[in-house]
Amino acid sequence: MSINWFKYSSPQTFFPLAGKLALWFGALALVACGAGLYIGFFVAPTDAQQGEAYRIIFIHVPAAWMSMFLYLVMAFWAGLGLAFNTRLSGMMASALAPTGALFTFVALWTGSLWGKPTWGTWWVWDARLTSELILLFLYFGFMALQAAIDDPRRADKAGAVLALVGVVNIPIIYFSVKWWNTLHQGASVSLSKAPTMAATMFAGMIVMAFGFWFYSIAAALMRARCIMLERERASDWAVEYAKGST
Amino acid sequence: MNWGGWENFLAMGGYAFYVWGSYLVTLGLIVAEIVLLGLRKSNALLRIRVRGTTGQDER
Repeated sequence: MSINWFKYSSPQTFFPLAGKLALWFGALALVACGAGLYIGFFVAPTDAQQGEAYRIIFIHVPAAWMSMFLYLVMAFWAGLGLAFNTRLSGMMASALAPTGALFTFVALWTGSLWGKPTWGTWWVWDARLTSELILLFLYFGFMALQAAIDDPRRADKAGAVLALVGVVNIPIIYFSVKWWNTLHQGASVSLSKAPTMAATMFAGMIVMAFGFWFYSIAAALMRARCIMLERERASDWAVEYAKGST
Repeated sequence: MNWGGWENFLAMGGYAFYVWGSYLVTLGLIVAEIVLLGLRKSNALLRIRVRGTTGQDER
């Protein structure tokens, strides 16, 4: 095993690789979302209790998963940057935050539109909804803090501390439906028992989750490339690239 | 869902507002993110080129 991982930890070598990967993951996202929507709208049956309203599940659940998962990945990169002081780690953490915030907002928005016809209310202050809202504020706080500090390295460090402290909110969101009495239903998918929904509904949800996952990778890599160009604007490789792309 | 024509499909069993309200907003946000990323990149490249001709950052 002689892969030199540090080779790709420098922006200069990671930049072109990130560009290629973003393209591939973007294409995969398009295929997966297309397939997921087809299954979700044309293969999955109408729900016996909720009628067609349940079809919101195909974006609501994958978006909620991504909102939590992306936060963990962001905190991982932030922690790595704090521990090893690598330039790229902080850039990756910053690149993930807006996409994570997007999916958190989508989870809340679609949840609200799903709650109205099924629960009779747009919003309740139950543990699941409240902790997910806190997650949105954590993403916004991370972005605002980084934007407020001019020196990128100090911005990365401050953001990393905030991101790591905020990790405590993730298990709270995940287990909120178990720990408290919530209006929100329990976990849709559990590793310990068979899915309780129709196989085709389940398939549509999983395929959409992969689509959102691939999209998140593509978007984060595209944003990481922007951040590299912004932060390394004085370096030779960035100047060369800017010249070549007119 | 059995295909019963476009009108039927778009009606979503009476839940059109909730279902399409979810899907369209999600699609809109994703498209907006991609457009903003494109603008951010071209802006970053522009800054580098300006810097190359004047020898310093604008502002």
